[in-house]
This record gives sequence, C-alpha cells and structure tokens, in this order.
Amino acid sequence: MSTALLEEDMTETPAAPARLLSAGPAAPGQEAAWEQFTKIPWPTRTDERWRFANVKDLDMGAYALPSPIDEATREDLLARSRGVETSAGRMVFANDQLLSREVYSEKLNQLGVVWLPLEQALHEHPDLVQQYFMREEAILGGQKFAALHASQVRTGMLLYVPRGVEIDLPIEAFHWLHGDNSSCFPHTLIIAEERAKVTVVDYYESADANAPGLACAVNDLWLGAGANVTYVCAQNWSRKALAFQINATVVGRDAQARTLFAQLGTHHLRSESVSHLRGPGGRSDMLALTVADDAQEIDARTFQIHEAPNTASDLLYKNSLDDSARTIFSGLIRVDSGAHQTDAYQKVRNLLLSDEAEANSAPGLEIEANDVRCTHGATSGQIEQEELFYLMSRGISKRAAQKLIVHGFLQEVVERLDQPAIGAKLAQMVQAKFARHT
Amino acid sequence: MPTEEITDLDIDRTRGDFRYDVKHEFDAGTGLTHDTIDYIVNVKGEPDWIRDWRHKALDIFLSKPMPTHWASKDLENIVFKDIRYYLSGGQKASRSWEDVPEDMKRTFERLGIPEQERKFLAGVEAQFDSEAVYSNIKKAVGEQGVIFMGSTDGLKEHPEIFRKWFGKVIPTGDNKFSALNSAVFSGGSFIYVPPGVKVKHPLQAYFRINAENFGQFERTLIIADEGSEVMYMEGCTAPKFETATLHSAVVELVAMKGAKIQYVTVQNWSANVFNLVTKRAIAHEEAEVKWIDCNIGSRLTMKYPGVVLKGRKARGEVISIALANDGQHQDTGAKMIHAADETTSNIVSKSISIGKGRSTYRGLVHVPKHLKGCKNNTECDALLINSTARTDTYPAITVRGTGNACQHEASVSQISAEQIFYMQQRGLTEAQAMSLSVNGFVNDLVRQFPMEYSVELKRLIDLEMEGSVG
Repeated sequence: MSTALLEEDMTETPAAPARLLSAGPAAPGQEAAWEQFTKIPWPTRTDERWRFANVKDLDMGAYALPSPIDEATREDLLARSRGVETSAGRMVFANDQLLSREVYSEKLNQLGVVWLPLEQALHEHPDLVQQYFMREEAILGGQKFAALHASQVRTGMLLYVPRGVEIDLPIEAFHWLHGDNSSCFPHTLIIAEERAKVTVVDYYESADANAPGLACAVNDLWLGAGANVTYVCAQNWSRKALAFQINATVVGRDAQARTLFAQLGTHHLRSESVSHLRGPGGRSDMLALTVADDAQEIDARTFQIHEAPNTASDLLYKNSLDDSARTIFSGLIRVDSGAHQTDAYQKVRNLLLSDEAEANSAPGLEIEANDVRCTHGATSGQIEQEELFYLMSRGISKRAAQKLIVHGFLQEVVERLDQPAIGAKLAQMVQAKFARHT
Repeated sequence: MPTEEITDLDIDRTRGDFRYDVKHEFDAGTGLTHDTIDYIVNVKGEPDWIRDWRHKALDIFLSKPMPTHWASKDLENIVFKDIRYYLSGGQKASRSWEDVPEDMKRTFERLGIPEQERKFLAGVEAQFDSEAVYSNIKKAVGEQGVIFMGSTDGLKEHPEIFRKWFGKVIPTGDNKFSALNSAVFSGGSFIYVPPGVKVKHPLQAYFRINAENFGQFERTLIIADEGSEVMYMEGCTAPKFETATLHSAVVELVAMKGAKIQYVTVQNWSANVFNLVTKRAIAHEEAEVKWIDCNIGSRLTMKYPGVVLKGRKARGEVISIALANDGQHQDTGAKMIHAADETTSNIVSKSISIGKGRSTYRGLVHVPKHLKGCKNNTECDALLINSTARTDTYPAITVRGTGNACQHEASVSQISAEQIFYMQQRGLTEAQAMSLSVNGFVNDLVRQFPMEYSVELKRLIDLEMEGSVG
C-alpha cells in the first residue's frame, strides 16, 4: 500500500476502529507476514489460479480491525453458539476474542492432550506452535491472504492429540463476526499423533446475517502415522461478507483424513484446500457442499498431491446454484513420479436451479507415474422434470419439491461423513438457508 | 470412402525423414520485419488489401506477449529472428504431375502422393515449404463448381468469396501465433463447395517442410455452402534437422446452414518441429463440423480445434488421438463455444505417453446464459506406458442456466499386467502384446478415421511402440 492511500484512509474515518489495510501487523513478530501481504500483488484474472473469479470483489478498503465485544453481546453470542447435542468441548470466539472455553469430556483433560486458544498455546507450548503453525505454503493462489492471516491472527484453536488417544465426541469451535465492516482471522491447528483419533467442527457465523465484513481463516491438519482426523467447517458468514479459507491437510503413513466444507454464507468466498498424501497408505477424503443463491460467488480450489506411493484421495464437491449465483471449482490431482499405486478420484457436480446461475468447473490431472488409477468427472445439469412432476403429483408444491431434490442432492456429501449428529446439524443449517430464501 | 483396399501406405516417420537440396528462387532470408512482408507480397503479386492486412498483423504479433499460463516453457526456445519466413521455387502450382520440378516430385513420390490420388482422392494439393507445387482436382468434382486451390490463388481469383470469410473465424489478434500466421501466411488450401454439392471423395493436402530453420505458415479456408458436404484430409512431414523448425498454421472452416465438414489431420512432423496451430470452425444452423485430429510427431504441439456453434441445432465434434514419445509434448484439446439453442458437442480425446513423453489435454466448453437444450459430452482417457511418462488434463467448463447439460470424464490408466501376461501366454512377445493393447485403447477412435488413415495410424503406433518396453 502506498502511504498516500494510508493517509487518505485515516482521514476518512477518524472515529472508527483502524482500517485493516492501514493497521499493520497485529503484534510484534507478525511484521514479516504484514510486509509479505503488502508486497504480494493483488490477484488478477489472467493468473490461471484466479481464472473465472471476480477479483474486484476482493477489495478490502472498507474493512476495519475487529472491535471489542461487550458483555451483552458476549451473552447473546454464547447462547447462539449451538452445535451438536453432545460434544467433547466448545470454544467460542467473537471478533478474534475468546469468549468461552468449556470442557465437557474428561478425554480433553487426559494426559498430553493440548486444547488451548492459540495465544495461550504459544505461551505454554511454543515448540508445538513453532513446528506446525502455517508450515505449508498456500500454493493455490492465496499467498497474499495467507500472509494477511499470519499478520493479523490473534487467537484460534490449537488441538494436539498424543499417540493412541481417541476422542470420540466432536470438539467444536464457534467464530463470530460482529459489527459492520468488522474483520476476523479464525485459526484452527490440529495435530494428531500416531494412531490418534479426533473430530473437530468449526462454525463460522456472523452476529448480523446482513452485515458486511471480512473473514480470513486458515486451518491446518497434521496427521501422524495411522491417525484419523475428521474436520468439518460449517461456513455461514453474513450474506455481505467477503471470506477466505485456506486449508492444508498433511496425511502421514496409513493415516486417514476427512474434511468437509459446507458453504452457505458470504457474498464472495475463496476456499483453497490442499491434501498432501505424504506417507504411504495415507488417504484423504475431501468433501464440500455449497448452497449458493442471490449473487453469491463461491470459488473453490483444490489440490490432491500424491507424494508417496499407495495413497488414496477421493474428492466430492457438490454445488447447488440458484438466482444469479456463480460457483467455481478448480481442482487438480497431482501424482508425483514414484507415487505408484495411487488411487485418486475427483468429482464435481453442479445443479443449476435458475437461468442466471453459472457453474464453472476445471477439474485437472497431472500424472507423472504410470501405475495409477486416476479419474475425474464434472457434470452440470438441472432438476429432471420427471422428478419434479412426480413430487408435484403427490401434492407437493413446486418450490418445496425443488428443495427436497436439492436436499437429497447434497445429502450424499453429508452421508460420506459418516457422523449422523454432525450430518443432522449441517442439514438443519441448509434447511435454514432454504427457509430464508423464500 | 474408397472401396478398394490399400495395402501400402507411404507415410510414416522413417519415410518422411529424408530431404533433397533444393535451390529456392525466392528466399525472404531470416528474421521478420516489415520489409520481409513487402518481399512476400511482391513475390506473390498480391493485392494491396493483403499487404495492409499483413503489416497490421505483424504489428499485432510484435505487440502480443508469448502465451503465459497455457504455455509450456519450451515455447521460449523459439528464436523468431533465426527463422526463414518464405521460401519458394517461384513456380505456379502445376496441374499435371509431370510439370512438377523433378526434385520436388521425388520428395512427394517418396511420400506416395500421386499414387494415393489415383486411388481415391477427389483432389490433391501438395505444399513444399512456402508454396503449393501441385494442385489438382478431379474433373467431375470441378464441374460441380467445387473450388479447390491454394489460398494465394483463392484470394486472387475468388476475392468475392475469400474476403467474406478470411480472418472472420479466427481474427488476427486471436493469439500471438495467429497474428504471426496472418502476417506471413503462404500456401494452404482454399475450398468452396457450392450449395447442395456433396463431394464424394476426400480432398487432400500434403504439407512438407524441406528446409532447415524454416517456418511454414499455411492458411486454409474452407467454406461449405448450404446443405453441402466435404471431407478434407491433411498430412504433414518434415525431415529431422539439427535446429528447430516452426509450423504455425491457421485453419478456418465455415459450415453454412445444414452443411457438413469433416477435417482430418494426421500430423507426423519430425521431433524438432514446433507445431503451433489455430483451428476453428463456425457452424451455422443444423450444420455439422467434425475435427479428427491425430498428433504423432513434432517436438511441441499446441493445438485446440474449436467449433463456434452459432446456429440452432449445430453440432461440433472433436476426435483426438495424441502419441507423445521421448522429448515430445503433445498439448492438444478442444474448444466448444455454444452460441445457440439446442447445439450439441462431443469431445473424445485419447492420449498415450511413452518413455519421457508428455501429453496434455486442455479443453474449453462454454455454454452462456439463456440457451436451451445445449449438450456437451467430454471424455478424455490417458494411457501411460512407462513410469517416466507424464500426462495432464485441464478442462474448463462454464455452464449457465437450467436448460443445458454438460458432462466431463477423464481417466488415467496403464496397460494392465494381466492383459500383457495373457497375450504372452498365447505366444506374443511383450512388445507385440503392448502394441496390441495400445491399438485396442485407441481402436474405437481410429475406426472413425478414413480407412487408409486408420491403417497408417496403426502402423505408426506400432513403430512408436518399438523399443518402449523394458
């Protein structure tokens, strides 16, 4: 940013909290990231990694630093932070402040489990944070926003599960964005050691479903040998928010990762998800469901990197598009030379519900080993008239029939999670979005 | 289709790898400036509108950057200033084979051109470096009003048809290489098929690069008027030189209402040729355009035949086979632009990578808003023979609205060990078994080629497979 722009920003709104673009790093130690953020140029559409995207939506000039949360708001948001029926623990954040940390399952107090807000983890387990914090570079085009996150991150969740510890109930975290033009930078770092097992759900919500705002989240998953991690991110930011999600999943020997991104909110979302199949026998299931309507643009980029032999990845992204919504799916499978016996699959399905909706798909393969099985498929279509007719002949209104069909379409993704409680919660969120839409 | 069986086909890699020293009467020298263009225009005796067109195209070429995100790094190895842009013997294309200069005749006879013509072609054109040396169309076909000649003759003799479509399907500024072609084009075919005329036998052109450091820039324009049908086939070869050679063609097809065009290419350039070709068709109402494209030779091929489906119920098809051996990169694909209701398109691509070869599929399917009943089907399958081979697939599909359907599928596989084992059990050598397997992989596409080409293709594949086992 030029200094002229900084001054202009300052003079325009002297009373409000500092503008993000002129704020500088959140704390000492984050200067390098801030410098990187200001140095990397803004994306342009001619960059293949931003192909199809409306890059002018990425303007951040209006957003301010997160403002403090008062007591009444705190109570209100805590009451609204409702996830699944029974969980192992819950952390609630709003505008990057920790509002609450509750432990429900003794498992979380077990020897060796570390479940802390990031700032506390940095203090108590600096070695862990140093070893894993944002170690995988954002390679799908979002380096600038990863740098922004690194320069602004104030809190988040660190979960370290030691060898052989299995936590059955899901651990939940809520991140709230509060106030007009506010910003937040949610962070989730999960480290599962050998044979550890855990499920984590992040909920991204806005206090006001129509307030403009900015969210720039990073979540990294590290799986040791034989570990089993399920990560769900239920994104429901305000309809006027601009949001980024940058995910890296590193899968060790014989480990199993499963990620699911449910995309409901924002005006413009950029999601990047990378699976590194680093140890032989590793497997990554990458799932996503998107319900896009109005003028939403949901831009998802994925990368399945098979670095070791005998690894498997299976991606399923499903988008339903209504009104003038746009979705972008650009995914790549790469099989490094030597990564034999790779089994990689990638499938994107778009269901178009309106004449103005637009689905862009760019599924890609880069294969450098021959003993592999790689397939991908992309389809775009609409609801079959027969299906609609069948339901309508049973007395169901056209709108309701449409919703049922879309629901069934998305349900396949949720079922792949194999976690009924979380599945029900996601279904409920999708329903709520449908209800709002009429 | 020819009925008699053709047993000997004379186009394969080894037969193409020879050359004769030919004295060129006209040589524009190396490098490209506005003077080069004046030289070409003067030699060819072209009208002034072409001169202006070429100068403008050169400016566009110079101002355009090299392709960025679609390109391979290898493109940087093209040295434009070392290339010779125009070479010719100065003679007019002969109507009779006897009139073709002896040295050129030897070249084409070795490649089997007149022999093939006698057998089944409706017309033949042979291009040697920059100019057509031989152009002939069977009398019966000519009497139906079919025009088949070099593009230079076309623009001089039939400007009323030529100018109407020239550069309309592929504008000069479409990409850097189409601008280059527009600046220095020479040779290529011009075909016009009058309304309702169905050309029974294929028309063929044969392109030969004989000179080192030479750039061949042929320009082909085919117009099939209402309800007509035509099939065009082209073959390409060049001898192996020490230095790289550039082939950058522009091919424009126009299928008027209800017309059908099939365009068949078997490209077997030697492994030092940069083959950067822009091919596109416009299909009007109920017209059908089918590109059948086979890439076996060249060092780097970048070619994505496209169809703009402009009229209702138009249909576009691309059938593509690519074979990439050591040191080769076959970067091929297809573009389908749906611009009218009920248009359909089909893309089937199969690639084989051998040794250190790399094959890439890039596709673009665009169905813009408010169209109804558009359908696209894309299938691409890749076969990897060795562990060092590489394949990539990069499709891009944009669909708007509720009235359309697109599906894309791709797979990567290798030859199954069981299959090979089974065939070896039956007494085949490993190499034979491999060849048979690969031929099986492309068989359903090869069958869509004209018969004589499919036989040739199978032989080429066998040749390429030699020594790839073990």
